[in-house]
Amino acid sequence: MSTNGSPPSDGTSGIEIRALTKCFAHNQHPALDGLSAVIRTGRITGLVGPDGAGKTTLLRLIAGLLEPTSGTISVFGFDTVRQTDSIKPLLGYMPQKFGLYEDLTVQENLELYAELRGLPCDEKKSRFDELLRFTSLGPFTDRLAGRLSGGMKQKLGLACALIKMPRLLILDEPGVGVDPISRRELWRMARDMVTDQVIILWSTAYLNEAQMCDEVLLLEEGKELFFGTPAELMSSVNGRVIHITGLEERKRRAHLAVLLRDERVRDGTIQGDGLRIILDRPPARFSGDLFPTPPGRFAEVSPRFEDGYIDILGGIGSRQSGLTDRFRVIPHNEGSVVEARGLTKRYGNFTAADHIDFQIRQGEIMGLLGPNGAGKSTTFKMLCGLLRPTEGEGFIAGENLQKAGSHARSRLGYMAQKFSLYPDLTVRQNLAFYAGVYGLSGKRHRQAVDEMIDLFELAPYAGTSSGLLPLGFKQRLSLAAALMHQPDVLFLDEPTSGVDPLTRREFWGHINALVEKGVTVLVTTHFMDEAEYCDRISLIFGGRKIAEGTPSALKAMARSNERPNPTLEDAFISLVEQTKERD
Amino acid sequence: MKKESLQIVRDPSCLLVAFVLPLILLLVYGYGMSLELNNIRVAAVLEDNGPLAQSLVQTFEASRYLKVLRRATRKAAEDDLTNARVRAVIIVANDFSKNVESGRGGSIQLITDGSEANSATIIENYVQGIVAIWQRHQAEDRHQIPSESGTIRTRFWYNDELDSRFSLVPGSIVLVLAIIGTLLTALVVAREWERGTMEAMLATPIRKSDLFIGKLFPYYLLGIGSTMVCVIISRVLFGVPLRGSLEALLAIVSVFLFAALIQGFFISTVTKNQFLASVAALVLSFLPNFILSGLIFEIDSMPRWIQMFTYCFPARYCVASLRTVFLVGDVWPLFTRHMTAMAVIGIFFLMLAVHVTPRRLE
Amino acid sequence: MFQRILRLFIKELLVSLRDPKSRFVIIGPPIIQLFIFSYAITLDVKNASLAILNHDTGIEAQSVIKNVVSTPVFTKVITVKNEEQVRDALDKQIVSAALVFPPNFSETAAGRSAQPAPIEIIADGRRANASPILVGYLQKMIQADITGRMRESGAAADTGGISVVTRHWFNPNLLPRPAFIPALICVLCAVVGTILSGLSVAREREIGTFEQLLVCPLTSFEILVGKTLAVMLLTTVTAAFLALIIIYFFGISLKAPVIYFFLSTEIFLLAVIGVGLFVSSLVTTQQQAVLGCILVLPPSIMLSGFATPIENMPALMQWITVANPVRWFLIVIKGLFLRGMAPEAIFENLWPMLVIAAVTLSAAGFMFKRRRE
Repeated sequence: MSTNGSPPSDGTSGIEIRALTKCFAHNQHPALDGLSAVIRTGRITGLVGPDGAGKTTLLRLIAGLLEPTSGTISVFGFDTVRQTDSIKPLLGYMPQKFGLYEDLTVQENLELYAELRGLPCDEKKSRFDELLRFTSLGPFTDRLAGRLSGGMKQKLGLACALIKMPRLLILDEPGVGVDPISRRELWRMARDMVTDQVIILWSTAYLNEAQMCDEVLLLEEGKELFFGTPAELMSSVNGRVIHITGLEERKRRAHLAVLLRDERVRDGTIQGDGLRIILDRPPARFSGDLFPTPPGRFAEVSPRFEDGYIDILGGIGSRQSGLTDRFRVIPHNEGSVVEARGLTKRYGNFTAADHIDFQIRQGEIMGLLGPNGAGKSTTFKMLCGLLRPTEGEGFIAGENLQKAGSHARSRLGYMAQKFSLYPDLTVRQNLAFYAGVYGLSGKRHRQAVDEMIDLFELAPYAGTSSGLLPLGFKQRLSLAAALMHQPDVLFLDEPTSGVDPLTRREFWGHINALVEKGVTVLVTTHFMDEAEYCDRISLIFGGRKIAEGTPSALKAMARSNERPNPTLEDAFISLVEQTKERD
Repeated sequence: MKKESLQIVRDPSCLLVAFVLPLILLLVYGYGMSLELNNIRVAAVLEDNGPLAQSLVQTFEASRYLKVLRRATRKAAEDDLTNARVRAVIIVANDFSKNVESGRGGSIQLITDGSEANSATIIENYVQGIVAIWQRHQAEDRHQIPSESGTIRTRFWYNDELDSRFSLVPGSIVLVLAIIGTLLTALVVAREWERGTMEAMLATPIRKSDLFIGKLFPYYLLGIGSTMVCVIISRVLFGVPLRGSLEALLAIVSVFLFAALIQGFFISTVTKNQFLASVAALVLSFLPNFILSGLIFEIDSMPRWIQMFTYCFPARYCVASLRTVFLVGDVWPLFTRHMTAMAVIGIFFLMLAVHVTPRRLE
Repeated sequence: MFQRILRLFIKELLVSLRDPKSRFVIIGPPIIQLFIFSYAITLDVKNASLAILNHDTGIEAQSVIKNVVSTPVFTKVITVKNEEQVRDALDKQIVSAALVFPPNFSETAAGRSAQPAPIEIIADGRRANASPILVGYLQKMIQADITGRMRESGAAADTGGISVVTRHWFNPNLLPRPAFIPALICVLCAVVGTILSGLSVAREREIGTFEQLLVCPLTSFEILVGKTLAVMLLTTVTAAFLALIIIYFFGISLKAPVIYFFLSTEIFLLAVIGVGLFVSSLVTTQQQAVLGCILVLPPSIMLSGFATPIENMPALMQWITVANPVRWFLIVIKGLFLRGMAPEAIFENLWPMLVIAAVTLSAAGFMFKRRRE
């Protein structure tokens, strides 16, 4: 894959960061710790790093929304503390939630930001037309921003940030909660904007996005871990990335678990029907006896940004999920555990889900994939009894949750979007609550809570309010809460949205361990590499299921002459596009 | 500025607050609140069964103010009073007729419910009045009219009938404006902090003054709109006259809204949280406007330190000015005095708000 | 089931109490308000100001004036020279009443005038609450002065009139504080209870945990019970605090056993929380929940008999007040603090609240159930 749209021009120094430190009152560790860097114009600079590395803090400091504890930042020669007013007119800023007024229409949001940024009236019309064309939001100018899909919100957010062509465009995780198609469009738009005068700062948790940046600043614990081109980072793992193919599809997970215990392995993921691993040093030779198990074919492949990223952060370690020992074995069950039979939901004229069918066997991971607003969440909610289907039925462990009593729900573990926890309760209190409502009492209650704290390594935070936890820990806690009662079936709604790759690895380690125990999993996700973990994927678009199959089967569907080896993301995009054309 | 207006229009609950709430509050005030008493339940015990006593009790029964329930014994009547089934007990002792006929002047006993202090006073006055009327009738029957002194004449200016609605309805406009001004603004701005739109706003080159005007002006218009609704309701439904000019009314309301809106903005900037903002707005705005404004409870009679307190809330000035503009007319010396006071409070909070409104996120 | 309700209950308590700000909200504002309002609420009139226009030259008028000025009702008296100045002083609210003596007042008062001219009391009709009371004071004082004089001069015979001997029970001197402070418990607990319950579900909806609750094996009934009990306990703490202050600071003692106080408070809170949860079940955001509370609270305070008597409302309004828990509890709380009400009389006012609670809670439960589907 080509890394850059155009080779980076040398550019002048636009942002100079000198010995920047930022401390927050509620945290003893500084969010940024003596950071120095020079960000040059004429390029897209990616900002990556694990959760809590200080990415958002850095962006806010550059935008002049925070003051440094010590050190300075100058943007185009202006100091961010003393000369904020000179910087603001040059600045386009899109915060994490896009900063849109949800009760206003697309047009009104644009007008508002045009006014705020002092766009002259006579330029308004042409600028709006240009932006609306650019974002293809033209047909939706009268729609309320709150009613837009995630991808459209993101584009509108960008349009608002671009109203008066900025010299510094700051995008804080623009891709979170947005499907791959929209993310690609956004990238194209950003690429078109970069001129010699302009800086784009792009913070992201999606490493394939980072790979496309001209330069990447990788932060960890407020310090610079790497600053350079993505190619430099990738070259550090050259020769160490190995693809193992020819494995039995149902056994991939077991093989991966074994491999990850090997101390030579720094990283390992499931990729379609194969495994992708990173070794600590280039192997002397490639042969079947590199590892005792799996009996597959080994091949060196060219590294991706993610490989370099995981490697520089020290790999994922060789721990195995504690769930392997602690979780009960679910008795074997022939036939489907989760079943959707013609699930349909209509709101007036609008059909959010249209006769969706699928079955999930025990011990299987099923992925629901689709662009925003395609009907994934609707289907999901109908299955677990949160929405009443207009037509059709959903069954979990043989019961229709719409009709069954509350005991039936105790066979289901549910992890809601955004890791919904009580922000004012401590970690332990959250767990105690969920254990309690799932009917555990007395000694078993205490044991279950302690076990979860131990298993998910939450002990250092046990007394912390969950609202103050870093995102990765919130996710762990949320999973722990869903597993308190050792359910047969686990539903995960966007379980790793916004979470960094390391944490994602660890999360999937747990899920894989659960599946080995016989737990059945249904997951919705936007991360394509995550979809690779699924045994089967159901692609939802426009309320309908447009394809279903194993990841490799889906990839095969998208195989073409110009793209002999499509990724799952390519498959996703081409299948959606095919459907669009057919309609 | 436009954005806020549109947001108000989009969010039906804001319109509900601006137009339905005034309606409900004014109806409640106009119809539900009156300081007069009618149909007061009173227990009567006749220990004396003579015709004089009977005639006295019949006079009580004929009054529209009282609803007399006869009780056989003192004990039964007193139980009713203790258990809040009646508000007073009238006892005609067994020597009543004898004393009256002998010219020694009889007496009846009245026991009122002191836990309703103001009702107790009113009942006492009613009972005395009715007794006086009965006495006059008795005297007429005997053709010996007692000297009618006629030495006092009472007039209530601005409100001849002393209709309590006339004073409650204009005053209650203040409550409506306080809800719109302080509570709604506090909520909306706090929501912006919660939703992160304030963050995007701070990254634009907007000036603080623009931010204030842009956020507050639409609510000002909303407040003026609901003032109009209130004026119409009070004219049409309650017949409250507007003797002053509309301009004076608008001027008073504008200054009050200025102070109230700024208070709301200040609250939301400090709390940045809808739950706390709403509680703070209730505590700092709604209840003081209800109790410390002179609307129902006389400020002059409050202890000195509470009176000092009332000077800090714009409500007291606004209540007095609004009553004047409705019932008296344009008394500009009074208005300017009160408007200056409200403006001073507003400017004080404005300075606080400017001080706490961050240019940054911390 | 009890296990689940218990957990939910504990969680609700923790959610309200862990955050110092919301902890403060439950106790702070009610206590501050209790203090301020208990001093502010008063229906008698003191420190009023009076304008006097005296066209008379005799000593009779002087004596009346002296009498009036010596009371605490009027602390500021100004003398004006003509009608014009009377109007000016009243218009600008410099005085709250005026007293006008006619030129021949002395003769009238002495019973010597052929054409009796009355003394005139002019009161400010803007203050419908204070003016009648002021006028009452003035009338009493002047009347007493005049009749005293007439008796002395023998102009009026003792007609052997009937006197009304009045006693005020429960609050013999008709002090405003005993009359109003217990009622403040009622009003403040209604505010706290409604807001806590009204926001509880909306807040969970906003942070997304409500969905999580719905997929747990909790029934709508259990959610309702857990939330109700938690708010009940929190508001009971508020009520207990207020009661302690009333008893030990203001010295107004509870005339009924403490158990009655708690029992009836719980029933009242059940009704209040029912209303709050019903509001909560209808809304989706916290903002709407707050507005819903605002729509419910002021009318239920005003239509409770707290500040003005219910008897004088139009029939329709009186019917509406039947559905207002504050109205019933107001009677009970005064009964408990001041009168020593009999148990059966307490119950007479408790069962309407039980009915309100039953209706609102089942409506809220029904709405939750519908929302779940």
